[in-house]
Amino acid sequence: MTHVHETPATLLNVDGLTVEYWVRQRKIRAVDNVSFSLDKSETLGIVGESGSGKSTLALSMIRLVPYPGRIIRGKVTLEGEELLKLKNEQMRNLRGRRISYVFQDPMTSLNPVRKIGAHFVELIRTHEPKVTEKEALERGRKILENVGIQPERINDYPHQLSGGMRQRVMIALAIALNPRVVIADEPTTALDVIVQAKILDLLNALRDEYGMALILITHDLSIVLERSDRILVMYAGRVVEYAHSTDIYYAPQHPYTKGLLKSIPNVELSEQTLEAIGGSPPDMLRLPKGCAFWPRCYCATERCREEEPPLTQTGTEHFTRCFPEKKEKNK
Amino acid sequence: MTTTEILRVEQLKKYFPVEKGFLERMLTLTRKFVRAVDGVSFSINRGEVFTLAGESGCGKTTTGKIIVRLIPPTSGKIFFHEIETTAAKHEQLRLLTRKMQIIFQDPYASLNPRMKIGDAVGHPLEIHGIAKGEEKKERVRRILERVGLTPPEQFERVYPHQLSGGQRQRIAMARSLILEPEFIVADEPVSMIDVSLRMTIIDLMLDLRKELGLTYLFITHDLAIAKYISDKIAIMYLGKIVEMGDKNEIFTHPMHPYTQALLLAIPVPNPERKRRIIELRGEVPSAINIPTGCRFRTRCPCPENQCEEKEPDLIPVSPNHSVACFSAQQR
Repeated sequence: MTHVHETPATLLNVDGLTVEYWVRQRKIRAVDNVSFSLDKSETLGIVGESGSGKSTLALSMIRLVPYPGRIIRGKVTLEGEELLKLKNEQMRNLRGRRISYVFQDPMTSLNPVRKIGAHFVELIRTHEPKVTEKEALERGRKILENVGIQPERINDYPHQLSGGMRQRVMIALAIALNPRVVIADEPTTALDVIVQAKILDLLNALRDEYGMALILITHDLSIVLERSDRILVMYAGRVVEYAHSTDIYYAPQHPYTKGLLKSIPNVELSEQTLEAIGGSPPDMLRLPKGCAFWPRCYCATERCREEEPPLTQTGTEHFTRCFPEKKEKNK
Repeated sequence: MTTTEILRVEQLKKYFPVEKGFLERMLTLTRKFVRAVDGVSFSINRGEVFTLAGESGCGKTTTGKIIVRLIPPTSGKIFFHEIETTAAKHEQLRLLTRKMQIIFQDPYASLNPRMKIGDAVGHPLEIHGIAKGEEKKERVRRILERVGLTPPEQFERVYPHQLSGGQRQRIAMARSLILEPEFIVADEPVSMIDVSLRMTIIDLMLDLRKELGLTYLFITHDLAIAKYISDKIAIMYLGKIVEMGDKNEIFTHPMHPYTQALLLAIPVPNPERKRRIIELRGEVPSAINIPTGCRFRTRCPCPENQCEEKEPDLIPVSPNHSVACFSAQQR
């Protein structure tokens, strides 16, 4: 892929990543040739509906795609190091330390029979065997304080904490070893709005404080518009649009992005007419020929039904997967 | 639209006893209760969309379930067309419940996986002895067509697992509409549906209201959707309504500090928005130990002395706006 900008500030670079699942002797391409790059202190929002491949994409970056998924091709480069070529041992060493992951459901990601402190001890001592248990706990307390939890709570079990606090603990664990990149996969979907706003503020503050980059994955376009610098819109495993969030907001180009923007309510507008996108998300086993979005597109042409449009540059750092002649029509 | 009252709820309460072990039951005299709904009063006019909004655990779903008589209230009265449903029994209750239906949040759990769609939708007709055989089939087809599942002959024969979430929610709508109700409780009907399809369900609800003269009690945690769909909104906190009024009043002049915090926490799809949030202290208290006086005082940014001593009532501050906060009432 040629469109990926690489500058000295580039931290993570994903190039042509493709992931397939084999289900009942049929292949599902969950992630299809995805490329993007991430700068220091940048937030990238990945947005898409369920089944669009956003979680598979994120998991494949840290090589944790569950069976029967397989990375078919592509490159993931973190600070010049190619992750897909590393040995399992090296990869394990890198996860948590240089790139870490915050999962959606904090209840199932913490061990219910171990105290919060034990999670910190395990994490820190796995990566830094010389650290004593006492020192690890001391560091755990400091990090908890940074994410807004009283340090004494390190002696609690996960069930003694509320949902928002558990998610804070997950974030604390993710940043404990000062990673360069944090991937947060639907970090606030299970939480109420007030807690959601606090958690997102916390992630932003930590990003600025530690200079790490953040990948924020969500189905909620409002959140990524508000919180990220750049946005990657996914549909049926493909990137359909990739641009700065202000460009996505003011000048969306793909009909799917436009449709999404028209279908989300904005509480700050006094009068708003919302429109739904017709049809339903595609069945990944029976993808239509041509552009994956054409059955739901309001301006699909003959060509869209036959051939799939490539991801092309349509503006400054703006990429869209749609035929150019069509875009004029759908103004 | 005439402003005749269709439903009135007076001082509704629902306390769930906290289950205790055998020994504990023997040794302690006091029984503890979860005060899920703790004195809720409101009324809904014909043709209105009345929204109950609040965070998880505030009692909004319990209120909805009590209204359609799925669970009995601990105390309080409900009037439907001036008939006290809480006192109705047997035959009278059966006739009343025919006019009030409920749609649940999870369309995957609310349909029997072993029942074909045609049978599931037609089942209420048999239970209420309204129609069977060919007439039932005819009615089922008509209603399936009405909720946008065409051709109905095809949908009639499939099982729920063959349908998408959006289609299932339409089935749930069809099933609740087949008895020709006047009043529908919609409990988070779109929260489990893909973003691009949410608006189609909301639009369907609004169309049906116009055509069939329906009245809705809409239950949601998503205030952006609440703003789009409702006429009136009541904000609940820990089992009580803290603020209630016309939609525009609530969104333009929120008076209760909780409402203000809630509104500011909603993500806004605008990359240039400057976020300011109101910090609420701590977490929502447990519904077993509700604070004395004003139940919000433990988290309120500006509590006063009197808040500790007595609980503020929900008092009108303008014709279409009531609030339960001492300092807001004085303003």
